[in-house]
Amino acid sequence: MMDTIKRISGVNPRKCMKCGKCTASCPAFDEMEFHPHQFVDMVENGRIDQLMQSRGIDFCLSCFACVERCPRNVEPAKLIEAVRLAVVRQQGGDHLRPEAIPHLLDENLPQQAITAAFRKYRK
Amino acid sequence: MQRVGVFVCWCGSNIAATVDVEKVAEVLGQEPGVVFSTHYQYMCSQSGQELIQNAIREHSLTGVVVCSCSPRMHENTFRKTCEKAGLNPYMVEIANIREQCSWIHKNKEEATQKAVILGRAAIAKVHLNAPLTAGTSPVKKRALVIGGGIAGIQTALDIADAGFEVDIVEKEPTIGGKMTQIDKTFPTLDCAACILTPKMVDAAQNEKIKIYSYSEVQSVKGFVGNFRVTIKKKARYVDETKCTGCGLCTEKCPQKKVPNAFNLGLDQRRAIYIPFAQAVPKIATIDADYCTMLKTGKCGVCSKVCTAGAIDYKQTDRFIEEEYGAIVVATGFNPIKLDQYDEFAYSQSPDVVTSLEFERLMNAAGPTGGTLLRPSDGTHPKTIVFVQCVGSRCDDSKGKSYCSKICCMYTAKHAMLCREKYPDTDVYVFYIDVRTPGKNFDEFYRRAVEEYGVHYVKGMVGKVVPENGKLKVQASDLLGNRQLHIDADMVVLAAAIEPDKSARPLATMLTASMDTNDFFTEAHPKLRPVESPTAGIFLSGACQGPKDIPETVAQASAAAAKVIGLLAKDSLICNPCTAAPDELMCNGCSSCEKVCPYGAITYIDKEFRGPNRTTLVRRVAQVNPAVCQGCGACTVACPSGAMDLKGFSNKQIMAEVDAICR
Repeated sequence: MMDTIKRISGVNPRKCMKCGKCTASCPAFDEMEFHPHQFVDMVENGRIDQLMQSRGIDFCLSCFACVERCPRNVEPAKLIEAVRLAVVRQQGGDHLRPEAIPHLLDENLPQQAITAAFRKYRK
Repeated sequence: MQRVGVFVCWCGSNIAATVDVEKVAEVLGQEPGVVFSTHYQYMCSQSGQELIQNAIREHSLTGVVVCSCSPRMHENTFRKTCEKAGLNPYMVEIANIREQCSWIHKNKEEATQKAVILGRAAIAKVHLNAPLTAGTSPVKKRALVIGGGIAGIQTALDIADAGFEVDIVEKEPTIGGKMTQIDKTFPTLDCAACILTPKMVDAAQNEKIKIYSYSEVQSVKGFVGNFRVTIKKKARYVDETKCTGCGLCTEKCPQKKVPNAFNLGLDQRRAIYIPFAQAVPKIATIDADYCTMLKTGKCGVCSKVCTAGAIDYKQTDRFIEEEYGAIVVATGFNPIKLDQYDEFAYSQSPDVVTSLEFERLMNAAGPTGGTLLRPSDGTHPKTIVFVQCVGSRCDDSKGKSYCSKICCMYTAKHAMLCREKYPDTDVYVFYIDVRTPGKNFDEFYRRAVEEYGVHYVKGMVGKVVPENGKLKVQASDLLGNRQLHIDADMVVLAAAIEPDKSARPLATMLTASMDTNDFFTEAHPKLRPVESPTAGIFLSGACQGPKDIPETVAQASAAAAKVIGLLAKDSLICNPCTAAPDELMCNGCSSCEKVCPYGAITYIDKEFRGPNRTTLVRRVAQVNPAVCQGCGACTVACPSGAMDLKGFSNKQIMAEVDAICR
């Protein structure tokens, strides 16, 4: 999984020198249980599962402040994006149950959206 | 045909355990021209050397091949051995059968075979060796120090102390360099000016030392022992011999709006100025960019008030030619520009300053008279945030890749001094790592934390936003796993340091090598740290790498010792293995001149005899053997094969290859 994240993101977490400038720059700091420098450390040490289960990853705004300011060009935001992709792509996740669909429907929702979401989130 | 002797060394078991030395000696004894071949346990020992000397005498040897360790180890030993027995030392060849054979092979049979082949190659080469004699060149007993900071001053003082003449060339109007701008020095907190200015005066008063202030090196020619240097004395529009340094002109000059470079632009000075009270030499200088008289021809106040009649508006740059035996580079450093790091708002708020600016703001001789006041409104700052590693330790695309080395300590000093002078200030230091190796350095940093209550926070500042006279600092506290929001009054940035911009063109003039960061390269990073690979060029201070004052002074004295060692000699023995062109083959293309890293090659027009008693003039290469270091670059570059290296001729190398391939 670690290799997958590294491949998707193109980030080499070993370049990180643990300065914390990413975390210092992050506008969504308060919303996240893990912070940008921690993403990097967790990916480097293979703690991907914990990261994938974290609700915090959805609060990353992808503002790229961390990418812009990182003195070592580590690009933490790209790691988070890769983890989010990994969550979406995981098999058997059942993010969308057929029985939940009727509750989600409203008359303005195009049917296409349900089909697409079903294809994407039920694997 | 040479009469060659072959001497195979066992090197105890180093060689003998893997190579059948007896067999090597026997097989090589069959080679053409070999009249004597033997093996011995330790050829480099006294008795081993005697064995070689006796063989030279008994068998009238004209060439010697020693099959032993690397020539780096004992080539010189065996050359001396043979010289004592009356053989030219350059008639000795070493076949390296230790590092390149016995140490890297396990199979004895194969290793033996390889040793034989290596021996054969050496024999083939020695057949083509010619006796070489090392020439000598005289040494001009005078040194040039480029840069008059603490490094240059210390080097000059030490060289002068040994009785040699030294000239210092300093581009600023005064010597002293960066240290003159510093308030206090770590870890002892003694005042920088108090320990520096006496040295500046010593240098000025020493009769062996000549100071060219407000001057630059224009060109460098020549080689070790015989450099010819042109020094440009920039026009300062003041007659140095007349100016008494009274300073009246600097008070009366009506042009008051000149950014004061000595205080890093934090205040203003006049167009005619003396950088600071203890300047050496204490001579006024007119800043031509701001002087109304020089720009419009209307003013002349300084000339009127000067009782010594020293003002000379017609002064021009002067050029001085001088000869030197050795050159010391002491060009120093500068903090980097901070344009690339605007998240710290350096360009947006005057209250965001660099550490060197902070140094001036704390200095009794600085723009605020030593009281720490905010540049924006002149109030006392209550909360000060220090940011470390600004532009240091970065990816190449984001800044300098190296650690600037001095910032951890001076920031600890600044933080400590703030808390000492103004106990009501809150001081934060954001660090990535605190690096304090050095005598009493870590103790100093701990004192800042434990006794002075400086808040050291592991983390970095993400952004600084000026808002309503405050500086909103957003930072991370990694150990506390929190984000900090501090309303600061001042932010101090520990900017990375880089070599002075004058270093790069100077390196080209000196043909001294530099690294990608423009720091001068040492001849050997560990064993020859104060010498440039270019003979006669020495390195002192931060031009070689980031350094604090104690290290700079130590290196400055080390460079001086090396210079003294050179100047103490009356003449230098040259390396006889130098390049030489075959003038008949040379087509005058200049390829060799361009690749020569030492500037040893020049071209001359020479007359040659043509057919039918005619003469023709051709442009041919000439090598100065005193400068040539025998690197061989020219022999490779020469398209017509005219250039050859004595002792390593193309023929000799081909003979070796042929012997190996036989």
